[in-house]
Amino acid sequence: MRNPFLRWFIPADTNEPFVPNAKFQHPAVAPEITVDHFNLSIDGAQILKDVCVKLPANKITCIIGPSGCGKSTLLKSLNRLSDSIEGVKTSGDIRLGDQSIVNCSESDLVELRRRIGLVPQRPTPLPMSIFGNIAYGCKIHGLKGRRQLKKIVHHYLKVVGLWDEVKDRLGNPATRLSIGQQQRLCLARSLAVEPEFILADEATSALDPVSSKTIEDLFVKLKEQYSIIMVTHTLRQALRIADYVVFIYMGEVIEVGDAKQVFENPQHELTKKYLSGAIS
Amino acid sequence: MKKSVIKEKIAQSFMAIAIVAVLILVVSIIWTIFSRGFSCITWEMVTSLPGGGFYIGKEGGFLNAIVGSLYIVLASTAIGLLISIPIVFYLNVFLKETSKFAYIARLAFDVLFGIPSIVYGAFAFTLMIYLGLKTSLLGGIIVTTLLIIPIFIRSMDEVAKTFPKDLLEASFSLGATRLETLGIVVRQIAPGIATATLLSVGRAIGDAAGVMFTAGFSDSIPTSFTQQAATLPLSIFFQLSAPQIEVQNRAYAAALVLTIIVLVISLLGRFITNHFSKNRLK
Repeated sequence: MRNPFLRWFIPADTNEPFVPNAKFQHPAVAPEITVDHFNLSIDGAQILKDVCVKLPANKITCIIGPSGCGKSTLLKSLNRLSDSIEGVKTSGDIRLGDQSIVNCSESDLVELRRRIGLVPQRPTPLPMSIFGNIAYGCKIHGLKGRRQLKKIVHHYLKVVGLWDEVKDRLGNPATRLSIGQQQRLCLARSLAVEPEFILADEATSALDPVSSKTIEDLFVKLKEQYSIIMVTHTLRQALRIADYVVFIYMGEVIEVGDAKQVFENPQHELTKKYLSGAIS
Repeated sequence: MKKSVIKEKIAQSFMAIAIVAVLILVVSIIWTIFSRGFSCITWEMVTSLPGGGFYIGKEGGFLNAIVGSLYIVLASTAIGLLISIPIVFYLNVFLKETSKFAYIARLAFDVLFGIPSIVYGAFAFTLMIYLGLKTSLLGGIIVTTLLIIPIFIRSMDEVAKTFPKDLLEASFSLGATRLETLGIVVRQIAPGIATATLLSVGRAIGDAAGVMFTAGFSDSIPTSFTQQAATLPLSIFFQLSAPQIEVQNRAYAAALVLTIIVLVISLLGRFITNHFSKNRLK
């Protein structure tokens, strides 16, 4: 459905190189995330126990482990979404580069969350148009002007391969897209604020096989510029795309290492059991 | 026939009877208003102020009451929205689910919901005497606002409770502060806001007891907040208690106007809701 009145805000399809806004400069060296003796408990129940791990830059890190082992909680702690859990207590530290994530002020947190994007488990398009969804993040960080926003929307829709599918209906509600398209839109929305890390919490579990393949391929493509951390339930997915693996069991980090080494030659008994399917 | 099927048939017929009974009631009320109202309503009644012998059945209309009611309803709805949206936002986004303060606040709003409007009127009247105010349009607006705020809050709150947490997290993870999610919350609960507004307008326009003490009554259209203002329900009440049949008939004409205003507002509300809720995450 084409709305002629919305024509004016549809960006032009150009091949000009895209330059991110000066507000969103990436640091010269891509930072790592360091989790340093991190503990987390909810209402007295210890969920994460003394987690020490370095999450490398420009790689796909897969956090694997059985259900309820604390994978998602660890991921949520990385951008402090864990704050909203009732009765949560933490100790230890998590750092992005030199900046502490656990002990930072409210205003630093806003900037930190911009630098660590999130692709949710279930696609969550905001109740706005397709255009509005991608421009939203830029607007809350103070980017103004339709020209600039148009360029950003155009660029990131191209990056996630949605541009050709939606270019005629940017003014339509984002909820009318298919689930797979919605998930790519969520990815584009996170990318639009120029994050350094992308967190993906089982980002493909709600999608059909073709759409999840598309997302996986995108992650592989994006790891040149971004560092990706994904929680996954599917070992096969981890086997396909992971560069680096963190295995968690009962809230403890059991084994960490390059994907090749962990999958082919696991050092720990529990890892062997998990990989062979004995625990799930 | 199987027992469970028979059970269902019986239950179904009870439901149907209940609906029909309510419909008969509603239709008969509307029928009384429309048949008596339409037979005596004239253009003069809706467009002119009460004349000299208005209350004994002579010339004039009740434009004063129509305009007074609209003034009070529009102003109190606008103020009510401005006050209750922040409250609902605070209860649902800033406070945690187990918050004691939120529990007490919700309980308080429930109690306020149940208080009859005459008590609001009496309370406001005492307050006005204390402050040295006279019955006025302003008083009417204040008391009607107080009356509809609990309706606003409770009905919006029920919708806001179903607000998907994922949406908040999505917005936070882009670096939004809690305040910056306001736009998203309002868009997502727009249908709830519209329903709340309709309920509130219905209560505000139909309420006679609250405004009786506070807004007073006047045969002219108020030109400032300090003047007394007439309202449709009070106008109906005064005319209906008159002995002359002409005056009583005019009460039905006024009731007809009141019903039509509510109908128009409801339809408008539905239209606006449908327009705004098309982008919602379902």
